[in-house]
Amino acid sequence: MKKSKKIIIILAFVVVTAVLLWMAQRLVMPKYQKGIIEGSMIEEYYGDKAPHEVVFIGDCEVYENISTVELYEKYGISSYIRGSAQQLTWQSYYLLEDTLRYEKPKVVVFNVLALKYNEPQSESYNRMSIDGMKWSSSKWNNIKASMTEDENMLEYIFPLLRYHSRWSSLTSDDFKYMFKKDLVTVNGYYMRCDVFAEMDFPPAPTLTDYTLGDNAMYYLEKMADLCEENGVKFVLIKAPTLYPYWYPEWDQQVQDFANSRGIDYINYIDIRDDIGLDMSQDTYDGGLHLNIYGAEKFADSLGEYLVANADLTDYRNDSEVNAMWEEKIQRYNDLREAQLLELEQYGELRSWGMNAVDN
Amino acid sequence: MEELLEILRDLHSDVDYDTCETLVDDRIIDSFDIISIVAEVDDRLDVSIPAEEIIPENFNSAKALWALIERLEND
Amino acid sequence: MLFTSYSFVLFVAAVLLLYYIVPRKFQWPLLLVASYYFYYCADTKGRYLLFITVTSVVTWICGIVMDKIGTEGDAYVKAHKADLSKEERKAYKAQVKHKKNMVLLLSLLITIGILAVTKYTNFVITNINSFLKPGNAIRAMDIIVPLGISFYTFQAASYLIDVSRGTIKSEKNFFKMALFVSYFPQLVQGPISRFGDLSQTLYEPHKFELNGFGRGLIRILWGYFKKLVIADRIMIAIKPMITITDKYFGTYVFIAMLFYAFELYCDFTGGIDITIGISECMGIKLKENFILPYFSKNVKEYWNRWHITMGTWFTDYIFYPLSVSPRMLKLSKWSRSHLGDKLGKRVTVYLSCFLVWLATGVWHGAAWNFIVWGLANYVIIMVSQELEPLYAKFHGKFHLKDKPGYAMFEICRTIFIMSCIRLFDCYRNVPLTFKMIGSMFTKANLKVYVDGSLMELGLTAADYTVLVIGFIIVLGVGVYKAQTKKDVRTELSKNIPLFCLVCVLLVISVAVLGAYGNGYDSTQFIYNQF
Repeated sequence: MKKSKKIIIILAFVVVTAVLLWMAQRLVMPKYQKGIIEGSMIEEYYGDKAPHEVVFIGDCEVYENISTVELYEKYGISSYIRGSAQQLTWQSYYLLEDTLRYEKPKVVVFNVLALKYNEPQSESYNRMSIDGMKWSSSKWNNIKASMTEDENMLEYIFPLLRYHSRWSSLTSDDFKYMFKKDLVTVNGYYMRCDVFAEMDFPPAPTLTDYTLGDNAMYYLEKMADLCEENGVKFVLIKAPTLYPYWYPEWDQQVQDFANSRGIDYINYIDIRDDIGLDMSQDTYDGGLHLNIYGAEKFADSLGEYLVANADLTDYRNDSEVNAMWEEKIQRYNDLREAQLLELEQYGELRSWGMNAVDN
Repeated sequence: MEELLEILRDLHSDVDYDTCETLVDDRIIDSFDIISIVAEVDDRLDVSIPAEEIIPENFNSAKALWALIERLEND
Repeated sequence: MLFTSYSFVLFVAAVLLLYYIVPRKFQWPLLLVASYYFYYCADTKGRYLLFITVTSVVTWICGIVMDKIGTEGDAYVKAHKADLSKEERKAYKAQVKHKKNMVLLLSLLITIGILAVTKYTNFVITNINSFLKPGNAIRAMDIIVPLGISFYTFQAASYLIDVSRGTIKSEKNFFKMALFVSYFPQLVQGPISRFGDLSQTLYEPHKFELNGFGRGLIRILWGYFKKLVIADRIMIAIKPMITITDKYFGTYVFIAMLFYAFELYCDFTGGIDITIGISECMGIKLKENFILPYFSKNVKEYWNRWHITMGTWFTDYIFYPLSVSPRMLKLSKWSRSHLGDKLGKRVTVYLSCFLVWLATGVWHGAAWNFIVWGLANYVIIMVSQELEPLYAKFHGKFHLKDKPGYAMFEICRTIFIMSCIRLFDCYRNVPLTFKMIGSMFTKANLKVYVDGSLMELGLTAADYTVLVIGFIIVLGVGVYKAQTKKDVRTELSKNIPLFCLVCVLLVISVAVLGAYGNGYDSTQFIYNQF
């Protein structure tokens, strides 16, 4: 056999194997299109063409509580929420690093609840926060900082190794969304239109140590540094929801940190009433997260602060960006309508939420 | 040689020892047979075959075995 | 590094790459470094390395010394051929041999001594303790058992014995010796190579050959297929059956027995395929360790086909030397004259055979289970040996032997017998194993097959489907080889596109269907606070 023929055989073999493995990987990876959709959020960001002057980072207290459409419609703010379920502080930091590769927002808003966690927590949440990231040193470092004991870098590089056992429980969605997925959020906002009034929460348990973990604080510091280096205004918020508890001791430490760095920290729990939240109407799960009514109210208040404190562009006057937002608003309204219709029909949401079923 | 063939025929009467050259390779004789052969040769021909000589090449045919015995005798 | 770990796959990939990048004279030194690194990873405190190095040094020195004694002896005899009488020559040779044997004894005492002390001390202590009052019990010792020590010790021992016999020359280069003892692909589960075989290709420079590499690669993949897709999957069902014995008895023992027979075959031959395949990728030839063992018609034949390198080790280095030793020959003579020719002939064979199987059992593990297992093999082989005339008579009368169904019956019988005694490998202790085997015959509950109980062993219908297909493939490959005397791999390599296709399919099925990693289940997701 000629040498060139041999090389062609080897190359063809390697390429075909790699392509098939890649396809197998696409197939077995969870699609997060129905039910638990949080795993889709991080990757959706890369497809969004609009400029984002405000970027929110954090856990569900950002992606369920702030309506990005409301921010646009009322203030002309073009924003994006890079939120994911139980996003840990270092994950927020690396997502910020990642975001800065693509654009330089004017304001970055971080929700502080995640500071309560000082160590890697759970693989499922890690996966939902990280798998969607594009490859970069940020993703690598994010994985290294986030892995629990049983996890393995190689399984992040080749998710097939992690998810291969799903082969026997594949659904039609796995084939349908193998290469292209639907958007599950509107610029990172996860909409819920149902209403379930706030309940009484059990009393806050006493902690032995109220000091926020040094690892979490280290990454908070790094976020502040990174924003400073890039000339980005860094803002800390605590969303207005009461549970999980946000202890006054923690609040004080964050306040002290904000003061020392000269950055704004707004705890919206204290000013719940001022922003007009009615927790009998504005939450869908008994007060843990806001529904669309709450998220719009919270966005109103946030927008007011942002417009007053940062030099933001009113994109409603920019026809190109406005056209992009028109499309988003349309999707937002359609989604709301679909949810309201279902609520009317069944009295509850069936196609959304973690227990969503196929119709 | 006749004596040796007699020993071998006692073990397996149905084998043609004049022509067969794959006694071990084709598993016509097994390890138990080999031990019997060594014991018989020691007994009847007064030649002791040491363990290191028990290799297929020496036991694959009656001829090879006889050559081995002669070699050991003259050594 | 287990064969099925990510790190092993990466390690092998790196070694293969480097092997063809470094100048060819550094290929075998690279393997030595890789083997020592592999061994270091198994125990980062370096204790394993210490043990294997000691064995290598002792083997190396004693080999050279024995070689020197032998060469000098031969030279002396040659030089004085004229002036020595035959008797004198014999006496001198005996003297040389005695000297060599002393060195051999010393070296074996050290190498096998290390094996014995590390592997069996606590077993001996436990057994002594069972005779002592609880208060007087000896404390078990904290001894580590170095990875693969049974294999590399046997390999070193075979080298030492071969050198003392003069069948091979000693290796002068210590590093080559160290590589022979530690060559990493065969460190964990064999095959047990002989220096005379392995040294022919181990130290040679090898040019990259696509054909050889491809053949090696497909063999590795086939090994992983058997190990990960079949063996590790079926193990999930075996585990509960052999541990929860008060629930899984009777028919379950039979199922566990068959499952384990399939599991062990795939696991062991798969591992050997990986070992031989890696070696083939580097142009190194290893001896085959299995030749379709489950197509054996009797237990003796089975042992000529299963774990062959171990079997021949015991035959060549224990069974033969023992059987033809002067003392045994004397015993043979005595027994023949006292017990009659027929019975007398067998006494020595039976005695050496007993010792060999005892040793085989002990070698497999420091537990009574293995000893009883070894002796069970012995009993079966001896009984069938005794029954042979009876069989011959039977066949003379009924002519069943020529019927195709009869060969099938013999094969099934052998599989059943071997699988049955292999249960000693499964259950906690010897009495329990006997009890479980007994329950297989007395407490059979055939409903188990149909009432869905098999679904409760941890395997889903999808898993069983994979296992059935895997079984068909493995069986098909075996039958093809048995029928045509041709190797599937060799036939495949005649058609390059097909060969590549099979490789790709193996990669995909191992990656997707392999029973490795934590089972990811999105239903495990806990939606607590968020």
